[in-house]
Amino acid sequence: MPTAVHRVEVRPRTGELDPRGAAACREAQTLGLARVPSKIDTAAVYLIQGELDTDQLALLAGSLLADPVMETATLGAAPPLADAVIEVHSLPGVMDPDALAVESAIRAMLGLRVQVRTARRFDMHGVDTATARQVAERLLGNPVIHGFHDEPWHPESFPTGTRSRAGSGLVVIEDMDDRALASFSRNAHLFLSVPEMRAIQAEYRRQGRDPTEIELETLAQTWSEHCVHKTLKATIRYRQQPGPPPDWADRPGHEIAPDGAITIHNLLKSTIVAATETLIADGIDWCLSVFVDNAGVIAFDDEHAVCFKVETHNHPSAIEPYGGAATGIGGCIRDIIGTGLAARPIASTDVFCVAHPEKWTPDAVPAGCLHPRRILSQVVAGVRDYGNRMGIPTLNGAVWFDDDYIGNPLVYCGCIGVMPREMIAGEPRRGDRIVALGGRTGRDGIHGATFSSSELTGSHADEFGHAVQIGNAVTEKTLLEAILQARDEPGGCLYSAITDCGAGGFSSAVGEMGCELGAVVQLEKAPLKYSGLSPTEIWISEAQERMVLAVPPESMKRLEEICALHEVELSDLGHFGTDDRSLVLRYGHREIGRLAMEFLHEGLPMSTREASWTPVPVAASTRRADEAPTCRDALLALLAHPNIASKRWIIRQYDHEVQGSSVVKPLVGPGGEGPSDAAVILPVPGSMRGLAIANGLATGLRADPYVMTLAAIDECVRNLVCVGADPTRIALLDNFCWPSCTEPQRLGGLVRAAEACYEGALAYRAPFISGKDSLNNQFTTDDGRTIAIPPTLLISGIGIVQDVSCCVTMDAKTAGNLLVLAGGPTTGAMGGSHYEMLYGHAEHHGELPAVDPAGGARAARAVAGLIDRGLVRSAHDCSDGGLLIAAAEMAMAGGLGIELALDGRACFSEDPARYLLEIDPGDLDAVTAALSDLTHVVVGEFTGDRRLTLSDAQLDVPIDELRSAWLGTLDW
Amino acid sequence: MTTALVLTTSGINCDRELAHAFELAGATAELVHLNRLLAEPGMVDRYSLIGLPGGFSYGDAIGAGRIAATLMREALYPAFVSAIARGVPIIAPCNGFQIAAQMGLLPGPAAGEPWPAVPARPTVGLAANDTARFVDRWCAVEIPDGTRCIWTQGIELEDAGRVLPVAHGEGRFTVGPDLAVSRLAADGQIALRYRPGENPNGSLDAVAGICDASGLVLGLMPHPERFTRWTHHPQWTRLEEPRGETLGLAMFRNAVAWAKQQVAAV
Repeated sequence: MPTAVHRVEVRPRTGELDPRGAAACREAQTLGLARVPSKIDTAAVYLIQGELDTDQLALLAGSLLADPVMETATLGAAPPLADAVIEVHSLPGVMDPDALAVESAIRAMLGLRVQVRTARRFDMHGVDTATARQVAERLLGNPVIHGFHDEPWHPESFPTGTRSRAGSGLVVIEDMDDRALASFSRNAHLFLSVPEMRAIQAEYRRQGRDPTEIELETLAQTWSEHCVHKTLKATIRYRQQPGPPPDWADRPGHEIAPDGAITIHNLLKSTIVAATETLIADGIDWCLSVFVDNAGVIAFDDEHAVCFKVETHNHPSAIEPYGGAATGIGGCIRDIIGTGLAARPIASTDVFCVAHPEKWTPDAVPAGCLHPRRILSQVVAGVRDYGNRMGIPTLNGAVWFDDDYIGNPLVYCGCIGVMPREMIAGEPRRGDRIVALGGRTGRDGIHGATFSSSELTGSHADEFGHAVQIGNAVTEKTLLEAILQARDEPGGCLYSAITDCGAGGFSSAVGEMGCELGAVVQLEKAPLKYSGLSPTEIWISEAQERMVLAVPPESMKRLEEICALHEVELSDLGHFGTDDRSLVLRYGHREIGRLAMEFLHEGLPMSTREASWTPVPVAASTRRADEAPTCRDALLALLAHPNIASKRWIIRQYDHEVQGSSVVKPLVGPGGEGPSDAAVILPVPGSMRGLAIANGLATGLRADPYVMTLAAIDECVRNLVCVGADPTRIALLDNFCWPSCTEPQRLGGLVRAAEACYEGALAYRAPFISGKDSLNNQFTTDDGRTIAIPPTLLISGIGIVQDVSCCVTMDAKTAGNLLVLAGGPTTGAMGGSHYEMLYGHAEHHGELPAVDPAGGARAARAVAGLIDRGLVRSAHDCSDGGLLIAAAEMAMAGGLGIELALDGRACFSEDPARYLLEIDPGDLDAVTAALSDLTHVVVGEFTGDRRLTLSDAQLDVPIDELRSAWLGTLDW
Repeated sequence: MTTALVLTTSGINCDRELAHAFELAGATAELVHLNRLLAEPGMVDRYSLIGLPGGFSYGDAIGAGRIAATLMREALYPAFVSAIARGVPIIAPCNGFQIAAQMGLLPGPAAGEPWPAVPARPTVGLAANDTARFVDRWCAVEIPDGTRCIWTQGIELEDAGRVLPVAHGEGRFTVGPDLAVSRLAADGQIALRYRPGENPNGSLDAVAGICDASGLVLGLMPHPERFTRWTHHPQWTRLEEPRGETLGLAMFRNAVAWAKQQVAAV
């Protein structure tokens, strides 16, 4: 019987709903096209290549591919059902998880090995083929990973991949001058600087030979900004003008020169890490593993530790947002699995920064960029599909909108894990096998590390399409379960170390694990998705869902059994330990690379970089006093601002209940609409000790990254305290996303942010335990214009909740209760506020708010004390939009009204360190006494009439009107 | 010892909380991988309770639960039917419900009819939500009068406590051409409904869960294992004390109590 490609279509039975078609049709109305489809019918398409007879095909179509209750199957292609037919197929080599699952199901059902590809067919009513194609390209697929067909596609055979040039020959760099080194580095996608290329040249001259291709690639991966963070670890000379230098001279690793320049040796170590070390020396004894592993680890209780990591996946998400976000969360989850001897992931977080969707017509979006609406809906879908499939609740996040993210959106993915305290560290041993588990290696994701370290341009989608990937969550889930079973074996953990294959693939994972011992790798042992990969491609591929373990030979048999049960592929790639601490790369009998671990890990030349800071002057008043909006208009406009508007549309798509651990959910209150300050979960089933998760993001204050950073730390702490976290048990993470830092003022801003992390961590006694930076976040358009992102620092935090039965939520509880404003002063400084973004500022109000970390820490302790004593009925931090917005959110969330009595000018400033607390009038004296050394004032009373009133500003507006404005913006 | 078999396999991800719910209700629970069970279907005889947990088995490729049901249908049907004959309560939330419906366990034969020797062709299905979107929310639910379901039998709760969480993309209950939902209702096989205005996915007749004619096998889209303590409740910070037992835990207690008294040993 000849091998042929069979085609099966599955669509809803006549009379059944087609929700996917209806959703696509709804979404098509937002694309700004002249004509839009009036109706879309969808079908799943399966192409099956294999030796199948008619009966077998009918059996597959009828009982595997179609649901007999609600679907029908067609063999071949049904005739067109509408004016235009479009099919969306994955391009060859793109991960198709459904196809893999169908292949194994067919193997189980019929004992046949077949190849499957899946696709979707769309029959569009009321449009011609050209329009249908536009709908498809803008909505239903992405040309980077999909092919579009104007009619049902039924190929005669599947395309096969192309063979790479074999071997790993020598690259002659000995005689290259600087220009030749620079152009070679760029053309080979190494993205190494000239001094770095020179260091490599010198090393090989010393050895008297030229490097092989695989050696150069290994160095490029290991030395990439993404992997080694050379900017944050560099020596930096910082000058500030005008005025005296800042008082940082006493900080660790800082030197001040007579001319006022401050030299900082290793910025990261001298600020963020230094703060943690200072706090540990000062008695904080619950940091168990910081800045050394894939995630930071703190003590949870006497038996358990929790770990937390946040990663970014910006450049892949710019090109293919669905796959970029999904593999972003997938990679961060693997960081947690790869921490210590593996932790179980228990919660995820996600924060996105995109351009304002409403402001960009499709034609205005620069070539090479996707529309922000598409980016946001696809990154949400990516996180949803990966996180939900992994069974990890996505519990906390934020979205920030700014038009400078148009070419380079930001996607932050975080993950938290729990593990036994004795499992927090692992170390490979000499003789351990190098074992790869999980997904197969393909050409996908090659050069991800170097790609993410470069700047985006309009041609990046073509040049780096191969760096974009689709994840397969189920592979990662089975991998997780197999690893945890191996970790928890009754006789002890079956491996001595574990790490994930992330950026740089095997090259980074094995290179890091074998750093002290050396390693010998047989690259032909890696299982491949398809043939034709060169050894270098195998070595640096960033194919997803792979982990590397160091396994003592005597444990191999049991590990193989566990992997067989879970259907996880295991391959033995070699062993750790060489006589001279070198990394030996072999392919069959051939040695194709040999690198000294010392040069690989310590040979990177560190440069001194110049940073400067000149304060940005406050712009003169941009509006006259009589142009001020009414309080009512401002309130409604701010509630509808996408930064502030309800994110219910996103949150409801994430499973935030899975694992059954939720205590405070992301949405609270009777209607399930109130935006929680933080989420609280129970990491250990049966224990009432909780973990709160929150973030702080104050990008509005970017005019001075020092202020921005302190405000973000303060916001994160307040969010945690508002749900009942213990402010003496808060750990923080920093994630910097910056544009290129070659300009001294940009680097100066980065220095100020890092220095503020030092001050903030010490003031709040909240150590940083891990962090990451992503630089070069900017986009160069075809006409050479560079759009740099706003400097963005995400602060993520976890805090211990001693007993979750004391937790508080932000929804107002009872009419007649008082609303108390407590904490820092309300100054009326409008700089960087959302009000200023919408309306500009009046004279003398454009300054950034002052941040007083010591006062903020005092406020956090005082509020936590009140919550502990049960005196707070609801609590909410006063942040984006200001006091009036926060008060409105509490009333809306609780289904109540509120009568406010406050100075109208205080409504919209975003001064930090302020809390809104709902207090029973009977408790007011006790609360007032406890807050005696903080600013505190009764600003209102909750009412039963569902209106928000503010007599001073003649404001009287129904809560439901506020609610419509707030829910309407992002109701996608 | 009353022990629950909690099935797990590729993509199942609610197994541990389902096991925990059985334990809170007084049983012990063991996670058993499908590949082990397929190798030795007779293992089912050792257990007096069964849970088919939620998740995305095999990625929910093709359709939710399709591949798991395909693997289990012929191989495990006899073992499950014999467990039902012994009086073993079976719960199948979410992905478990999708699997149970496709492997012929639900709605099962009409009252008084025997289980067929081979699995019946599916007559109920869980289709894509009417919004075409995954939804996570809590829904107010009601237990229809006269249901045969042993899991939801005799549970008295205040209004605020009659809620359960849902989290799924394919949960719209529907019936095929050969079955009328009125027949299920008349026979007491509707175990749970969404209350008016609370239907999260466009389910036919607001059906949230059904049982077989014996009342032992419960398939439902909501997750009772995610409502076993009051701090699970989405508005627990607003509720007055004391609150009694949660709806989820009450269901598991019903089944464990039944298993302790009724299940016959093999």
